[in-house]
Amino acid sequence: MTSRTIEVELSTPGLDARGNVRNFPLGVSRRPSESVNDDFGAERMLVNIGPQHPATHGVLRLVVELEGEAVKRVIPHIGYLHSGFEKLGEYRFYNQIIPLTDRTDYLSPMANNIAFALAVEKLMGIVITERCRLLRVIACEMSRIISHLVWVGTTGIDLGAYTPFLWTFDQRERIYNLQESWTGARLTTSVARVGGMMADIPEGWERGLRDFARTFPTTLREVDTMFTRNAIWCGRTQGIGAMSAEDAINYSLSGPMLRASGVDYDVRKDRPYLGYEEFDFDVPIGVHGDVYDRYRVRLEEMFQSVRIIEQALDTLRPGPVDVDDPRVTLPPKSRAMSDMEAMIYHFKQVMEGIKPPAGEVYLGVENPKGELGTYLVSDGTAKPVRWRIRPPSFLNLAALPKLCEGALLSDVIAINASIDIVMGEIDR
Amino acid sequence: MTPDQKGFLLFAVIKLLVVFSVMLAGVALLTLVERKVAGWMQNRPGPNRVGPFGILQPVADGIKNFIKEETRPASANEFLFLLAPALSFIPAVILIGVIPLAAPLPVDFAADLPLLGLTTFHGMMPMSVADLPIGFIFILAFSSLGVYGIALAGWSSNSKYSLIGGLRAAAQLISYEVAMGLSLIPVLLVSGNASFSAIIARQQQGLWFIMPLFLSFFIFLISGFAETNRLPFDLPEAESELVAGYHSEYSAMKFSLFMIAEYAHIVTVAAMVATLFFGGWDMPFTHWDERGGLLQTVVTGACFFAKTFFWIFFVIWIRWTLPRFRYDQLMALGWKILLPLSLAYIMVVAVAIEIIQASLGWTDPKAQGFALFALNLLLGWAMFFLLDRGRVVRGVAPRTRAASSMSPREGAA
Repeated sequence: MTSRTIEVELSTPGLDARGNVRNFPLGVSRRPSESVNDDFGAERMLVNIGPQHPATHGVLRLVVELEGEAVKRVIPHIGYLHSGFEKLGEYRFYNQIIPLTDRTDYLSPMANNIAFALAVEKLMGIVITERCRLLRVIACEMSRIISHLVWVGTTGIDLGAYTPFLWTFDQRERIYNLQESWTGARLTTSVARVGGMMADIPEGWERGLRDFARTFPTTLREVDTMFTRNAIWCGRTQGIGAMSAEDAINYSLSGPMLRASGVDYDVRKDRPYLGYEEFDFDVPIGVHGDVYDRYRVRLEEMFQSVRIIEQALDTLRPGPVDVDDPRVTLPPKSRAMSDMEAMIYHFKQVMEGIKPPAGEVYLGVENPKGELGTYLVSDGTAKPVRWRIRPPSFLNLAALPKLCEGALLSDVIAINASIDIVMGEIDR
Repeated sequence: MTPDQKGFLLFAVIKLLVVFSVMLAGVALLTLVERKVAGWMQNRPGPNRVGPFGILQPVADGIKNFIKEETRPASANEFLFLLAPALSFIPAVILIGVIPLAAPLPVDFAADLPLLGLTTFHGMMPMSVADLPIGFIFILAFSSLGVYGIALAGWSSNSKYSLIGGLRAAAQLISYEVAMGLSLIPVLLVSGNASFSAIIARQQQGLWFIMPLFLSFFIFLISGFAETNRLPFDLPEAESELVAGYHSEYSAMKFSLFMIAEYAHIVTVAAMVATLFFGGWDMPFTHWDERGGLLQTVVTGACFFAKTFFWIFFVIWIRWTLPRFRYDQLMALGWKILLPLSLAYIMVVAVAIEIIQASLGWTDPKAQGFALFALNLLLGWAMFFLLDRGRVVRGVAPRTRAASSMSPREGAA
């Protein structure tokens, strides 16, 4: 028997510009042993989930090969939200890149701003002030909470439970209000600057955050009541999309996905930054690595974030936010107008930008979705030669076909939700 | 035609018009109730812009659906695509016609009407459009017709999401139809009659069937949810999986017809639960309502409405609380649990009735009711113990421990 390999283009029926029915190629090839006729009446059906679909969390496109309800193959297609952030960054001053980081993982903008600022500071060897450090810890944990709140709510919707979504979004709104009063923006915060923050927190802001940290766990417990021991929820999530610890490491997963599989790795504990080693918090670790464990891990992480926020608020003392370094911090306006040196620094920073020394730096931080890496190459000028993001969602999404082995159509939605992707970060 | 036949026809037409218009208006208001309840559960006000408390929202929605453009996929089967919404709408609104809405009204009517001539009606007028002797068998037959509309809608749209939705709907409705029908056999056994008025009369003499036939009620309620395609059984239109399932391709009034059918089904299921297990229009602890009279008819009508509304509210409540089943879990629940359970329950009830009536010789409906109630307490406890949470609905794969697992790390203070 001779074996030949013929790549056959798959197609899906659609309408062309004149309104005639035509088959359009899907860009997925399959082996000749498999059925070529993907349309109705064949054994297998090719379903295109996305890029516009209620459950793909943005513009992810999944080409799913179905046999009845059983999923035979899942092929994620990305690139529908490509914005060229990394390339854009090569034409911008370092502080001008921060607004781009808002738009990568737009569900936790403050954590992204801070991750980038930390990388530049590491390159320049800047040690930030104590108040700035604590504010950044607070901002990171707030980001973790809002990102996980979106995750819990949207996963609930994906599994059919609509109500907890609005409860979690209600709480998320409170953090957005806090972000707005601090930075003036709700979504595109751009809160960090190299060597400091864009502003100190406004008067009474701490009180608002304390109020949030006190009352917010009530909502979490309500969500816990609705889901954790719900028979349908358990049936839909337990044993679904399970991944062993070895596989999770081999697939380079990170964040809650990795920890749900039982791997004890959290950047905040293992390569501490922002002085996370000073805080008293636990890292929840899953056992089974399925959708249910990912849910439990994320829920517990929110409780732990509240703990961190409270500790940070307790130690927060008045003081300067921006580091006293003329290379990165603008002098006060009054001095810039009266002091010659201050005016020179002001001019050089505004006109020429911050100039880190030539070299390269990589810094990984624990973002809500996993380890966010920032890799920067500087040639000593005010613009980076290369700015590379290691997006946690991208690497977590890459495991989707593996996770969906033997799943049903409904499971694909649950598994995709459990990965917690955000397309801005994947397509960059 | 004799004056009596004319009178019968006249009142039948009047009842038909009243029930049909009340049903449609009620369905329209039900969409508002659903959104208000949803808002209430979700810490938000719900619709409140159109009219006071948003009371005109259904009107606005209706107008919107009438003036929207009707779109149709180019590759759809045109005839079936048009037929499907009608097929799903008609059985849904027909069903309420056989349910007695209030106590029979004593009428003594004789008049020489224009066009009709002498028209008379004497005697008790049943407060249902048609008091069929085959009662709920008619309802079971017609409610299962609705599946044709859904399956055809899914198929004729020529869209994959619709097709999967239609397939799911067909399988789901047929599966739960079986359990639903079988769960009502004990009702027949106890009341000895399939007509709704006889069933209500039996409940007035004895106990409401919720007590002596609790498991029937339980199975019927679950199957009823599945029949209405509501959460947690809304797989045919699972939003997160199939976009909108079988009605993905429908727009404007054709889409509206599907929605009306869904809400009409809710009303019917709620009315059936109220009639079969909660005494219909019966008022508890009094026999005043059985005497007959205008006041009695009005009050029992309100009573029936209150019971029905509670179960409508219950359906909405559940919808905004629970997540959705998965397809195989839904099938397993229907075929592996509800079906054997209802079959076994028929046997148990039949044997119990035989023992109570023949061996013990208790003929009083109340005594029979309490004896069956005691049996049901026992059975109910055993059932919920065996079908404990987590055992009924399981994941598709066994939960295996990941290869290397570590204990949670303590805080590094």
